[in-house]
Amino acid sequence: MTEIVVIARLVPDLVEELEIAQSGIALDTSWLRLIINEFDNHAIEQAVILKEKTGANVTIISLEAEGVDDMLFTTAAKGADRLIKLTGVDEEKPTNISLAETLSNIIKEINPDLILNGVQAHDDITGDLAPQIADLLNLPYVGYISGVSIEGGQAKAFKEYPGGLLAEMEVTLPAVLGIQASEEPPRYVAISKVRQMMSTASIEEMPGDGLITENNFVIDRMYLPEAAEKAEMLEGNEEEVAQKLTSIFQDLGLL
Amino acid sequence: MTQDIFVLIEHIRGQVSDISYIMTAAARELAQAQDGSVVGILLGSGAENFKDNLAVDKVIYCDHAALAEFTSDAYKRTLIAILGEYDPRAVFFGNTTIGADVSSSIAAHSSYPIINSCIRITEGGGITSQVCGGKIMVDSQLADKTTIVTMIPGGYKPEQGQGGPPSETIKFSPPDLENLKVKMVQFIEPATGDVDIAQEKILVAIGRGIQTEDNIELAEELAALLGGTVCASRPVIDQGWLPTSRLVGKSGKSVKPDLYLSLGISGATEHLEGIMGSKTIVAINSDPDAPIFDIAKYGIEVDLFDFIDPLLEQLGNVKNG
Repeated sequence: MTEIVVIARLVPDLVEELEIAQSGIALDTSWLRLIINEFDNHAIEQAVILKEKTGANVTIISLEAEGVDDMLFTTAAKGADRLIKLTGVDEEKPTNISLAETLSNIIKEINPDLILNGVQAHDDITGDLAPQIADLLNLPYVGYISGVSIEGGQAKAFKEYPGGLLAEMEVTLPAVLGIQASEEPPRYVAISKVRQMMSTASIEEMPGDGLITENNFVIDRMYLPEAAEKAEMLEGNEEEVAQKLTSIFQDLGLL
Repeated sequence: MTQDIFVLIEHIRGQVSDISYIMTAAARELAQAQDGSVVGILLGSGAENFKDNLAVDKVIYCDHAALAEFTSDAYKRTLIAILGEYDPRAVFFGNTTIGADVSSSIAAHSSYPIINSCIRITEGGGITSQVCGGKIMVDSQLADKTTIVTMIPGGYKPEQGQGGPPSETIKFSPPDLENLKVKMVQFIEPATGDVDIAQEKILVAIGRGIQTEDNIELAEELAALLGGTVCASRPVIDQGWLPTSRLVGKSGKSVKPDLYLSLGISGATEHLEGIMGSKTIVAINSDPDAPIFDIAKYGIEVDLFDFIDPLLEQLGNVKNG
């Protein structure tokens, strides 16, 4: 049976206000609301689609964090077969290479045909995770994929280029793919189904306490952007602002 | 280790990508701070003339049929061989569909430190980069060994990296490129038949803030009143609510309308890359810290759904005299 592993990460919700930690060189994680990395959500969907087409076995691996159990049970409700959580993980984000080393040791034991991960995560400073895992496992990697099929030891993967151009790539399995978008939008699952998984599915815990958080380059400071030129903000109630904006459109000769 | 700054020159179907010139501009500043040269790495097949408009001091050119178009396996093998031989101070890769496929795996392979999403070089030769979709900036320094830097647009114009031709071309013998595990089969052109948003003068752009597919009607109504077309950021396209031909940004189209009216788009870096050429950007968003306000000319901090009806009414009044 085809084995698929998906690495799913939680990332800060960018709708929330972000703050810098007192150290001045890291995000303040104490009040951060975490959500699933959108690209990883697409990777999960792509894995479940492949399962439906080929009968694959899907394992999801994630890191211990606020809300991770709910996220993992949600993937089970979508169709994931095995859930793994790295425990003992420091609150501070580990470097990707350290995470890749820990994950590649776990993945080796599973011996999958395909490893899927979101093509990027917006809080990554130290490169992208999936190509680092691929190198450590000595596997090929292709990123920015929006559509995959598997047949006869090969994956046919569609890689996105600017302007809507796609490249069809043939990738020898086993391989690691960085998913940009799944073939279909990530499915919705009813909360009742997730609750059902909470009582029937189980999460395996594996040690993640050796992860390194210190970068191998020096960060001088992290800060909120100092915009050279911020937008002219139109103030007033909705009707007043609508009038102002309409006048601007007229001045620009657009009406 | 030398003090030279290397740049991977990206090209797709015979065209050198703008990011190559942008990286060259950044590399020139970094090389000046390091007292080194700027060296372009050009991989291709019959592609030596791609170097002619690059403002680099020299080019290392490797020619092989397997390098005609980008594949991660052939590029990675070749780049590891080149970087191992020349030991540069830093290497720029685009944070693009090409550069990002190889930069991190080469970093892992050769234990090079890697800094993501550089937007500009600081005066002292440091790196300013972005995380969290541009909501956080990071100033860092090159490590004390070859450092990989991935680059995003925004800090330099492509013209700043144009010039040339370089004074020297070094031919590099390709490594073993047999038994590749990634093969390029074919390019697939985008579907035709839809409007070309890159040519439109007025664009009404929707993002995650539009919330549901039904609400797209409101944007279409607005676009109709303005004589424009609706386009979108990635989340809307991924939901299947609009075709890929309407996608603006990194893997979509770069647009240059007279008016870019953005509704509920926060302005992730990948999206902003595609709208830099717009004459006037008007951003409507409920988040005052949304990065799109940093590049918009006019901003409105409001709940989109409280604002759109009054705006439709005002525009309707003007249009109907």
